[in-house]
Amino acid sequence: MKNTLSINLKFIVSLLLSALLAYAVGIYGNLPWWSFVITNCIVAIAIVQTPGKAFLSGALGVGLLWLILAFVIDAQNQHILSVKVANLLPLKGSFIALIAITSIVGFLLGGLSALTGSFVRKA
Amino acid sequence: MRLLPFIVSAVATVGLVAVLNTQLPIGATKSPRLGYFLSPQQGFWKNAEKVSTNFDASIVANELKGNVDVYMDDRLVPHIYADHDEDAYFVQGYLHAKFRLWQMDFQTRVAAGRLSEIAGADKLSIDRFFRRLGMVYGAEQTEQYINEHNPEMKATVDAYTAGVNAYLKQLSPEDLPFEYKLMNYAPEEWTPKKTYLFLMFMSYDLTGRSATADLQLTNTRDFLGYDLFDKLYTNQQDSLDPIIPKGTAFAKPSILPVKPAGSDLAYLKKQDPNLAVNKISASPEAPDKNNGSNNWAVAGSKTKSGRPILCSDPHLGLNLPSLWYEVQITTPTHSTYGASFPGSPAVIIGFNDSLAWGVTNAGRDVLDYYELKFKDSTQKEYWFNGAWQATSNRQEIIKVKDSADVVENIAMTHWGPAMFDAHYQNPQSKGRNLAVKWTGHNPSTGVETFYKLNRAKNFDDYLKAIALWKCPGQNFVFASKSGDIAIKQQGNFVARWDHQGDFIMPGEDTTYDWQGIIPNEENPMIKNPERGFVSSANQKSVDATYPYYLGTAGSFPLYRGISVNKRLRSMNQITAADMQHLQTDNYNVFAEVARPALMKFIDPSKLSADAQRMVKEMTQWNLYNNEHEKGITIFKLIWDSVEDAVWGDELAGSPIPLTKPESFILLDQMNKDSNFSVADDIRTKDKVETLKQQVNLGVENATKKLLDLEKENKLEWSAFKATRVLHLTKIPALSRMNLPIGGGVNIVNATSENHGPSWRMVVHLTDEIEAYGLYPGGQSGNPGSPFYDSFVDYWAAGKYYRLLFLPKQKLVANERTKWHIQFKTA
Repeated sequence: MKNTLSINLKFIVSLLLSALLAYAVGIYGNLPWWSFVITNCIVAIAIVQTPGKAFLSGALGVGLLWLILAFVIDAQNQHILSVKVANLLPLKGSFIALIAITSIVGFLLGGLSALTGSFVRKA
Repeated sequence: MRLLPFIVSAVATVGLVAVLNTQLPIGATKSPRLGYFLSPQQGFWKNAEKVSTNFDASIVANELKGNVDVYMDDRLVPHIYADHDEDAYFVQGYLHAKFRLWQMDFQTRVAAGRLSEIAGADKLSIDRFFRRLGMVYGAEQTEQYINEHNPEMKATVDAYTAGVNAYLKQLSPEDLPFEYKLMNYAPEEWTPKKTYLFLMFMSYDLTGRSATADLQLTNTRDFLGYDLFDKLYTNQQDSLDPIIPKGTAFAKPSILPVKPAGSDLAYLKKQDPNLAVNKISASPEAPDKNNGSNNWAVAGSKTKSGRPILCSDPHLGLNLPSLWYEVQITTPTHSTYGASFPGSPAVIIGFNDSLAWGVTNAGRDVLDYYELKFKDSTQKEYWFNGAWQATSNRQEIIKVKDSADVVENIAMTHWGPAMFDAHYQNPQSKGRNLAVKWTGHNPSTGVETFYKLNRAKNFDDYLKAIALWKCPGQNFVFASKSGDIAIKQQGNFVARWDHQGDFIMPGEDTTYDWQGIIPNEENPMIKNPERGFVSSANQKSVDATYPYYLGTAGSFPLYRGISVNKRLRSMNQITAADMQHLQTDNYNVFAEVARPALMKFIDPSKLSADAQRMVKEMTQWNLYNNEHEKGITIFKLIWDSVEDAVWGDELAGSPIPLTKPESFILLDQMNKDSNFSVADDIRTKDKVETLKQQVNLGVENATKKLLDLEKENKLEWSAFKATRVLHLTKIPALSRMNLPIGGGVNIVNATSENHGPSWRMVVHLTDEIEAYGLYPGGQSGNPGSPFYDSFVDYWAAGKYYRLLFLPKQKLVANERTKWHIQFKTA
């Protein structure tokens, strides 16, 4: 019981830390857009979890961050740009598909980078 | 450390980052770097502007001499109030950049022949064309001239440049305009040369058609032989209603252009046999034939208020972001409102608190080709005036994305750059060595014309301002609060003899050189005419009694001018609303004459049932090119098919496109000579087709196409025409397609597929100026802004905005004023 709880706490802390650091490095447009890959890796090195959990916390950390950011921006923009980009990419004008793809990119890279970090320290 | 899983997952991570950080090929173009593009903190999402954005801002700029207040109204039009003129232009530059940065950068790249640098080898043919035409050369001439001779304009352009760069300096990478992220490149510093390059592009857009037309016309003449050519391409327009009313007496010309002896044979090729056709390579871009415009002014004697009303609607390519950006500029020296060019200081078409002005294209021929003889393939010497003369070499280096630089070595001659040579040919140049001589190459003082018009107080100021105008030749319409109206065709126009420069000219000596530029005083002008209005719609400015040759008929559309003048003559007690109705009028004056002419030759008893039905619908049409009319679609297709049937045989068999005779030629023939011999299809040796047979054949051919359109539900005019306002990259997702709007070629509302009234303006010169206007776009160039295309629907519907033109205190208090941007000195 205690064990599960601590693991869950670790998981949540990693997830939030991933999201927070990814957001922080994203503020600086002069840094490459993929800077969160590094911070995610560091989080996974610092907070030891099983590779599976590390992947998931990193993936959800960045994936949810990107989902929420894209969703909020899109709502405030009333889909003006997302519909155009979704016609361009092409996603048949579906802003939902565009938000989904955005968060999947964040999810995959967030997960893979955390997974990589998790292998640095033996789980 | 678990080495193997680490390596595997590290490789997967790096690999995915690398793929998402690369532009992947899709067909001929490339994708954005997807990871970057989709990143909500750096990519395109950052350009999705909050619909409720507050544009209030406070900006510190060391370059300013004093503080500047900018108030943005509800349409995002800035009203600039500055204590110093240069500060106003600094702020104009800053705002142009803030709202239109990518467009300014892109358009000057096109003009400079630098598209390949961002788009790759695909665009090389466009870049080479502009380099070899001398676009950069011309901009350099202007820059040098202004730097040396015109400190006031230099200061103006420098202040504007500093404003653009002040915006660039504070721009963070994540806030780059959308298109940079899409195409994956970055903006560069603005320079005065870019402003001059932009103005060169306007010169090209409005006078550069000769760069293509002269070659095509030469080839058409060579192909048909002079006699037939002369018949089909006559410059005589019987129904012409010129800008300067017929019968006006012109001053004695100060230059008498003399046609060179022997030119009938040597130049017009009255007996020349067909020339051989060489191997072909790439083909250039030609400006739209319909680049033109309407403008007019009615005197107080014809208006309800007793005050003049001035109208101007330039017809250009319809693009997003728009060529135009509305602005009010108020300083202690002047207060002006109108449409400005992102890329250039001042207002281009607009009004101030004393007067209003507008422009249409003059259409005069100011670009010629001269054929050169080089001594050898080095092109270091060419034969001129009986001796081998040295050329100088101009090197243009074109950078190409993902590829090696391309170097253009251009031989510079007495005439200008040797545009076509062994290294650069197109299907129309046929391997000739051709130098191009163009008034666009000369230093331009165009910025000063607008600078002075912005400040003009009366007719004399207007004349002084436009006297500086050289290229592209324009018809400047004028009206003042004091009651004057006027129109003057102004530019550097060549004093031509008949047909000089219609075709490629011999360039081995000065025999065919320009014999002078017509003095400004002899350019066509009319002030306060008795009829109470002045107007222009790109028709010939003068009748045949004018002492100089204007150019070929193809450069002077006939019918809009007839429409406008007919309406203005009949109108009285005119209001601003009446003028809006005239600008958006869809009456087809060409069809009014051409439909009965067609009907004279159509024999319904010989037509198929479908063709009869189509002809019936056409005859019942009300002659308006309105959105839902089907008759105009039928008329257009029938007319085009008849032209194809009549001219098709003469022009067939040429491996390169030839110039089609103007519509008025066939129409005139139908009206006066039903035994028109050209009607005969010369391909059928054993029979002689009459015009009647050709017309009925045309109707049947058109009917086939019409039935297809009917099935696709595209018979209604707006569905057939499918007017679109295209993003500059032509990407449909960023464009406005299939707009519900009528009009078309030959119509006052000159809206065709991707071309038409790019800024509609009506100015009533009452004490407090009453002005209306709009353009098919929006003040923001950002596709993610609600202001990107906010005027488009209103424009299509033929509606207008009342323009806010007020002194500072009144504007601040106005309910339409929404935001305040403060510019402060440090």
